[in-house]
Amino acid sequence: MAVDLPDNVVVTKLDELVSWCRKHSLWPMPFATACCGIELMATGASRHDLARFGAEVFRFSPRQCDLMIVAGRVVMKMLPVLQRIWLQMHEPKWCISMGACASTGGVFDTYCVVQGIDRFLPVDMYVPGCPPRPEQLIQAIIDLQEKIQREGTMFGREFTAPERQKAKLALREEGRMRDEG
Amino acid sequence: MTDPATIAALKEAFPELGFSEFRGETRVVVPRSAVYPVLQTLKEKMAFDLLVDVTCVDYLHYRDAKDRFGLVYLLANAQTNERITVRTFVNDPESTVPSVVSLWKGADWLEREVWDVFGIRFSGHPDLRRILLPEEFTAHPLRKDYPLQGLGERHNFPVITRAES
Repeated sequence: MAVDLPDNVVVTKLDELVSWCRKHSLWPMPFATACCGIELMATGASRHDLARFGAEVFRFSPRQCDLMIVAGRVVMKMLPVLQRIWLQMHEPKWCISMGACASTGGVFDTYCVVQGIDRFLPVDMYVPGCPPRPEQLIQAIIDLQEKIQREGTMFGREFTAPERQKAKLALREEGRMRDEG
Repeated sequence: MTDPATIAALKEAFPELGFSEFRGETRVVVPRSAVYPVLQTLKEKMAFDLLVDVTCVDYLHYRDAKDRFGLVYLLANAQTNERITVRTFVNDPESTVPSVVSLWKGADWLEREVWDVFGIRFSGHPDLRRILLPEEFTAHPLRKDYPLQGLGERHNFPVITRAES
C-alpha cells in the first residue's frame, strides 16, 4: 500500500517520539551531599553548559524533576531522605549515581556510610571518578539519553519488565551475600 | 595560660587533685566523685564562664593505660583568657558522671554527643538522647571495641525496586 506523504511529514512510532521528547528535556534533581556536588555545579555552569543537552533546569523540588543525580556519599541517616525524595519524583524518572562514593561507598568503608546507593535504589548510570570531571557527567547524561531513546516507551513498560527486575534483584542479593559471608 | 593564683586556690580547696602542665596548659585530674564540686568551684568562684568542650578518649588497648575512658572538660575564662583542662577517668560499669548542664547550658549537646558515641551516661542531664546517630542505633561507635565497618546497621534499609517506584 503506497501512501503519498508531503516532504514535511515524518512517520515514526509513538514510543520513539515520546522518548525523543523526554531525552532532550531531563530535569535533574541535584542530590549533592559532598565534593561531587561541586563538579555537578560546574557541569551546570557556563563553561560546561549542560543546557546544550537540554538538562540544565536543576530543580530543588522532587515533584518537578525526572533525573536524580546522587553526587556524594550517602550516610545511613540520609538514605531514608534519599528514598523519600526518589519516591516523590514523578515517573518516568531516572537516576545517575555520580562518583565513587554514591556508587560503592568509595573510601568511606565505615559503619555509617551506605556502600552504594544501588543497594536500596534503582540506578541507571554510574559515573566513576573521585570526583568525576564535568565531561564524565555529561557523557553519562548523553548515554542516558541514548538509553531513553533506545528502550523508552510511552507508558514506561521498560521499567517493569520482569527479566530486568530479575537480573537486578539477583545482583543485589549477590552483594548482600558477599557482605554477610 | 592558667593564672598561678587560680591553681593555688584550687589546690587549697581540693588538696587531693593532681596537676600537670603541658606547653603552658594546666591539666587537673579529678576523681569521678569530685567532678561536679571541682567544676562548680571553677565556674562560681574562679569565673570560668565558658565550657569550650566536653569530650572523651577511649584508652582500650592503649599502652600503660589503667582506666578505660578519659573524660575531658575544657574550660575558659572569657575575662582573663585563662584556660584549664579538667580530666577524669571512668570505667565501664560505673561510668556515669554528674551532668554539668546546671552550670553551663552549653553542656547539653556536648554531653549528648559523648553519650551518643562513647556511651557514657550523665546523671541529671535534662534530655539525654542521641544527637548525631539515628535513634534506632544501639551501639556507641567511637568505642574502640566497635568494628569500623559496623554491625550491619548500614545495610538495614528497605530496598526500592523499579517496579515499586
